[in-house]
Amino acid sequence: MNKLNFLKPDKNNLYVYVYTGSALLFISIFDVFLSSFFNINVTSYFPGPVSLLLPLIIGLFGLHLIRIEFSGLKYLDLLNKNINTSNFNGALTLLIIFAIIMATPPSLSWFIFDANIAGDTKEACTGSGACWTYIKVWLRRFMYGMYPNELQWRINVSFILLIALAFVGYFAGQKLKKFLTLYYVIIYPIIAYILIYYLISGGSFGLEWVETGAWGGLSLTFIVSFFCLIFCFPIGMLLALGRRSNLPTIKYFSVGFIEFWRGVPLITVLFMSSVMFPMFLPEDFFMDKLVRVIIAISLFEAAYVAEVIRGGLQALPRGQYDAAKSLGMGYWKMHIFVILPQALKLVIPGIANTFLALVKDTPLIFVVGLMEIAGMLGLAKTNPKWLGFAMEGYVFAAIIFWIICYAMSKYSYNLELKYKTER
Amino acid sequence: MSDPIIKIENMNKWFGDFQVLKDINLSVEKNKKIVVCGPSGSGKSTLIRCVNRLEEHQKGSIIVDGTELNENTKNIEQVRAEVGMVFQQFNLFPHLSILDNCTLAPIWVKKMPKKDAEELAMNQLKQVQIDDQSNKFPGQLSGGQQQRCAIARALCMQPKIMLFDEPTSALDPEMIKEVLDAMVNLAKQGMTMIVVTHEMGFAKEVADEVIFMDEGMIVEKASTKEFFANPKNDRTKLFLSQIL
Repeated sequence: MNKLNFLKPDKNNLYVYVYTGSALLFISIFDVFLSSFFNINVTSYFPGPVSLLLPLIIGLFGLHLIRIEFSGLKYLDLLNKNINTSNFNGALTLLIIFAIIMATPPSLSWFIFDANIAGDTKEACTGSGACWTYIKVWLRRFMYGMYPNELQWRINVSFILLIALAFVGYFAGQKLKKFLTLYYVIIYPIIAYILIYYLISGGSFGLEWVETGAWGGLSLTFIVSFFCLIFCFPIGMLLALGRRSNLPTIKYFSVGFIEFWRGVPLITVLFMSSVMFPMFLPEDFFMDKLVRVIIAISLFEAAYVAEVIRGGLQALPRGQYDAAKSLGMGYWKMHIFVILPQALKLVIPGIANTFLALVKDTPLIFVVGLMEIAGMLGLAKTNPKWLGFAMEGYVFAAIIFWIICYAMSKYSYNLELKYKTER
Repeated sequence: MSDPIIKIENMNKWFGDFQVLKDINLSVEKNKKIVVCGPSGSGKSTLIRCVNRLEEHQKGSIIVDGTELNENTKNIEQVRAEVGMVFQQFNLFPHLSILDNCTLAPIWVKKMPKKDAEELAMNQLKQVQIDDQSNKFPGQLSGGQQQRCAIARALCMQPKIMLFDEPTSALDPEMIKEVLDAMVNLAKQGMTMIVVTHEMGFAKEVADEVIFMDEGMIVEKASTKEFFANPKNDRTKLFLSQIL
């Protein structure tokens, strides 16, 4: 007596609905696949609009047929629960699938099939796709800026040393564990500074002097980001504590500092640091452009970090302060052992956010004539021999920035998990 | 009569315009156990929070173990190291293990060597019977266990005075007993204690004196026997009739 009712799926004829629905869904996706990959329009004999909408309509009907609650089939239930709860959701799902299918062939052909990588002149790029030759030829410039080719090993060596030194923590024995914080907060930055000063900058030990104006590319991005991250964090922490201090001088200094730096755009800060700042300095006092930029960005980001950390401090219950005080701890002991460990743990996502923004702000240093990777792109794309390849350059830079930022965000997420404790 | 270890004279405190404590006079001798009771909002918590200056008083004087509490931060830290406190909400440090909770202050405030501090902490944890939980984190313990750990943490500073701010109010009825047992134990060892609580059974068992507070004033102060058998003030009688 079971009549097949096409419009109302039910459990009695489960497989009939599942097979019909899946078939219809497959037909609709296959149709889009054919038309975008092989340019075959099976439904071309229909009038234009119908032929365009047909896969959507068929697919929707298919999804409607397989929308059976508690079917008992694991994957079908999963599908229904997540992307096929209603007609509207089903339609969105289909549209997204269609968009992905349609976008695949053109992007694949641009990135790979029609792209060129051979040769080392502009003429080698004959395809309609990307010209990776451009990236290949300019790679050294994108990585090292104007740094002399034969001296680039110095940058490589110092970066490898720095990375190796960063992993010291993993191999430190139990006895040295307590010095790790000291190592990372104070000793490591000093080593980094010395390495960069003597190895990359040179000028002593028989190494040729390379002025900071010639530094550039990705290595400069790393140098600027690295020092800014290291400096802005402790400064921001002190500002956050200062803003909550009971001493009016410290409090209003912190408030003023934070509000000033948060109120001005980074680009003006950088401009000031290179143009205005030297005017206030004595004649014979020289401070390198790169150092001024790093100081400026650090102070700028410190204001943001301060506000993020202050949020964490405010989230802590007052009882924690009471308990620490009642045990006789003074201001610094209370903050170092009780308050900050908890507050910083709370604000890891916010700090990561600020740090990511910082890394992506570094291209702005082009206003003072420092060319990190995006700046080098700007130079390369205006080179008369290589006009017209801006797209490849920006895609390349985007990929590199994405990798850096994704790695940072993954790392922060791991930190979050590592320090998660139950309250 | 020996010198009082806590001496409060004409102490007044305001929160903004609102006067929470009015002319408090109280002296506590060494080894005495005082229970403070009264309706909520009567200022009893504020009173004991003034004793280790978690709250500042505006008028009058508080002298703890010969040290007057004033703006001098060094004095206050010294007093706080000698005065242990247990809170209603336990206030354990959630990022540290039970053992680290107990050793943190002895190591960093009293400059005790780590080994000694851990030994002391394990002893204290044994006293309150949670030495087997020492490696867990506060979030993994029950309320009663957390509060007992808080007591052990305060005792690790080897205080002369212990303050209890409604230590059982946030606990399930089943867990109240284990905490009270720990407190009774402590009282028997001769600790000077000021306890804000509604547990009248505890008061009868260990208190030397009971103080009844209402609207920021000490309404009645009497020895325990006297207080329960023969309360003088009408307000006290009413309170006792409701609570017993």
